[in-house]
Amino acid sequence: MANVGIVIVSHSPKVAEGAADMVRQMVGEAVPLAYTGGNPEGGLGTDVAAILVAIERAWSDAGVAVLVDLGGAETNTEMAIEMLDEGRRHKVIVCNAPIVEGAVIAATEASGGSPLKAVKHTAEELSPQ
Amino acid sequence: MDQILQKRLIEAVAGAVIEHADELTRLDQAIGDGDHGLNMKRGFEAVLAEVDGLAGKPLPDALRTIGTQLVMKVGGASGPLYGTLFMALGKELPDVPTTVDIARAFGNAIDAVKARGKSDTGQKTMLDVLAPVHAELATGGERLLARVKDRAAEAAVATVPMKAVRGRASFLGERSIGHMDPGARSSSLMVVAVCDVFGD
Repeated sequence: MANVGIVIVSHSPKVAEGAADMVRQMVGEAVPLAYTGGNPEGGLGTDVAAILVAIERAWSDAGVAVLVDLGGAETNTEMAIEMLDEGRRHKVIVCNAPIVEGAVIAATEASGGSPLKAVKHTAEELSPQ
Repeated sequence: MDQILQKRLIEAVAGAVIEHADELTRLDQAIGDGDHGLNMKRGFEAVLAEVDGLAGKPLPDALRTIGTQLVMKVGGASGPLYGTLFMALGKELPDVPTTVDIARAFGNAIDAVKARGKSDTGQKTMLDVLAPVHAELATGGERLLARVKDRAAEAAVATVPMKAVRGRASFLGERSIGHMDPGARSSSLMVVAVCDVFGD
């Protein structure tokens, strides 16, 4: 089965792109990766439609782990996940982890073929419990 | 619901938010990231652009469509939160609701917002206006519109001494005390706008 995909959702397009660059440097093309940042007008914020596109681009049958920065990114991502087809919804999860470190660690775990649950767990070990 | 009334309601709610966008931004600059006014304005401008189509739909469909527009256009956390409120109202309300229907639907919609925001009352959020408004609505009785309107305005002011524990304002901790919550303010503006239309 394919590796778990990683999606990065930041309020800032630059942060999202930069974090994705770091992931690529770490794992190359081994994991499906997509990122999105900015509100529908391109300012700071997040955009549900763009998050849906990113999930689609990083899609893997093994699932997709999403890394987010601040509150609105999480709420908008949860909204986007609920808008997916019923069959896919449960395969996308938000990791409670810092966005840059979380994305790199999650992608590293995913590149070894780990299941979605393990990818999430490894990323979340970064957060204070 | 009567198409003309439905159109007036949508215009009143959207208009109240758009007119107060600068004030909402100022409130959000004090304790958040300063985007609430602009974000809500963008969302409700998208709603207004389709007001004729929305007015022609059955009330539940119109509310669901407004909710989706807010989710897609707002760009901040308030998009999914207000989007959820409107979508849940659309799911719960019949075409021509009674006051009892509205109170019940509003209660369920508030639960949906709580779940979406993983929040509850007392945390300096829009819920601190919506919940008291619901309590007033559910009481029924005389002068209901005037009472609901007053309750909404008072409840927004009552968020000033609260300490934020959810959202961006929570990063400020104690420093969030002394400012009105922007989401509480936008909620009160919408409730007052609806009451004013029904009160005419």
